[in-house]
Amino acid sequence: MSIEIENVNKQFGTFKALSNVSLAIPSGELVALLGPSGCGKTTLLRIVAGLEYADSGRILFNGEDTTQSHVRERRVGFVFQHYALFRHMTVFDNVAFGLTVRPKATRPSKQDIREKVMKLLQLVQLENMATRYPAQLSGGQRQRIALARALAVEPQVLLLDEPFGALDAQVRAELRRWLRRLHDEIHVTSVFVTHDQEEALEVADRIVVMNKGKIEQVGTPDQVYENPATSFVLNFLGSVNMFHGRMSQGKAQLSGLQVHSNGYAGADDTPAVAYVRSHDIEIDRSQIDNSSIKAEIKNILKLGPTVRISLLIEGNSEFVEAELTRDKFQQLDLKHGEHVYVHPRQVRVFVDDFQI
Amino acid sequence: MSAHVSTITTSVKSKDRAQNEPAVVRWLLIAVALIFLALFLALPLAAVFSQAFEKGLSVYLDALREADTMSSIKLTLITAAFCVPLNLFFGVTAAWAIAKFTFPGKNLLITLIDLPFSVSPVISGLIYVLIFGLQGWIGPWLQDHDIKIVFAVPGIILATIFVTFPFVARELIPLMEAQGREEEEAALVLGATGLQTFLRVTLPNVKWGIIYGVILCNARAMGEFGAVSVVSGHIRGMTNTVPLHVEILYNEYNYTAAFAVASLLAFLALITLVVKTIAEWKVRQQLENH
Repeated sequence: MSIEIENVNKQFGTFKALSNVSLAIPSGELVALLGPSGCGKTTLLRIVAGLEYADSGRILFNGEDTTQSHVRERRVGFVFQHYALFRHMTVFDNVAFGLTVRPKATRPSKQDIREKVMKLLQLVQLENMATRYPAQLSGGQRQRIALARALAVEPQVLLLDEPFGALDAQVRAELRRWLRRLHDEIHVTSVFVTHDQEEALEVADRIVVMNKGKIEQVGTPDQVYENPATSFVLNFLGSVNMFHGRMSQGKAQLSGLQVHSNGYAGADDTPAVAYVRSHDIEIDRSQIDNSSIKAEIKNILKLGPTVRISLLIEGNSEFVEAELTRDKFQQLDLKHGEHVYVHPRQVRVFVDDFQI
Repeated sequence: MSAHVSTITTSVKSKDRAQNEPAVVRWLLIAVALIFLALFLALPLAAVFSQAFEKGLSVYLDALREADTMSSIKLTLITAAFCVPLNLFFGVTAAWAIAKFTFPGKNLLITLIDLPFSVSPVISGLIYVLIFGLQGWIGPWLQDHDIKIVFAVPGIILATIFVTFPFVARELIPLMEAQGREEEEAALVLGATGLQTFLRVTLPNVKWGIIYGVILCNARAMGEFGAVSVVSGHIRGMTNTVPLHVEILYNEYNYTAAFAVASLLAFLALITLVVKTIAEWKVRQQLENH
């Protein structure tokens, strides 16, 4: 089941939650809506579900206009951030709910419901929890039950609103791998909302990066990471260093370094910003070429497998953050206060948004 | 090492609260509260029962069996039988609307629900006399059509409904607000109709809150004096509720009978208290499971 979102607008009071959003989600894909809080991603998801109505624009499922149809008729599965399990019902009754509320004519028999629920509980690996109540489950288990409950009605699309947001880091990593495997098994078109770039990069077939009610970029995880369309996308995916400078004759003149930038060959004497990802900054003891800049090590932060180093560029007040592997760090034997050369491996220049 | 750890835990334990008052202060505060309760609650309650049974059980039962008393009990039960279901319906609807939807005039509605709490019961009764009484707005019209409201049973029921309508709504609004609307949304997405959602998701979640509200509403409906006194007309055997009947008996120096009837209200209060305690405990559970 494919989803098309056409020119959707939504306003809450004076706050514009979505402005003219259009997006096509092909059938069977697992898509992440990624963005900071307040960017409109959850609103968009709720509009697709029918829990919220757009001020204007259309939602199509398989080419069919569902804009006006009630949430009940859309046959979507929705997983809430805080699970929203029915707290007075057992796990079994929770999962069975979508089947037992059907009108008599289309309701499966008790036996069929039982079989189906047990099969789903097996799928989410909680078959021995059927008689428990939600309060007796851990967060990860609750979210899996919520997913089983959503799948029980055989939804055409599965929508997940920050599904792992309320879980601790380890359960989160485990569950998202599990979600990916599950999706590969059942192939239902799925959209999930997240503000965690790592989660989106790991799980999704396609990432939709959103900011301030607009879509910044749509692409595969590789595309949005390797070729960010806007400075916002670049900023949001991974930690970056920012260098201010000017364009002149197609080259960006930045503090101490000169960069060729393809897209802006015609730009002359305009302000520009260059971005370098932290792990694209190389540290050397000697100057490699003329793009190396002398800098002083100001701070060393060891974060498990990686080491983050803050450096102060010589003759400048700008700080640079570099990320090294622990191996590389030990190889170089870097010390606090040392003078080294930094060398940006990959620089991306954006001219349009100097105002940051 | 282990000894070291244990000393740390004990020292932490003894200082786990910033306001750890000395034992004397704590006991003093508890004692003051208990003495106050005994003086103003337990003592009068004991007095009611001792006066009621002063002349023995048979006199007590005879006092209750007396025709006017029986009719006052009947009237009180009828009043409650009308008020409680109506206010249950109103309370649930109002709480549902307020907690789950946003609409203009929401705050005004919340304020209006509180109105009976802030208005003197006598005024509440008087309102109905002013509207339905002979000198009132529609009194003459009612008389022409031979419909009796004031100084009759309908007036008593109306006044009682007014006085008791905040109880259920007031209890449910915060409970429903705290529980949010995610579960209802989940039910709708799963294909449930509005009624199914209400019956299978909303109602079970607020079940104990409803019981709590109903028990308080019932206690007040049966015990209301002021508002009912104004609209009743005190016609013996016809428009006297139990509280009004107690007053009449007392004014006639029929102390044993007065206290016997009063003891019924005291029993009601005790039962209310027990059910209310259980309901409160369950409501807290419903909130914690959230």
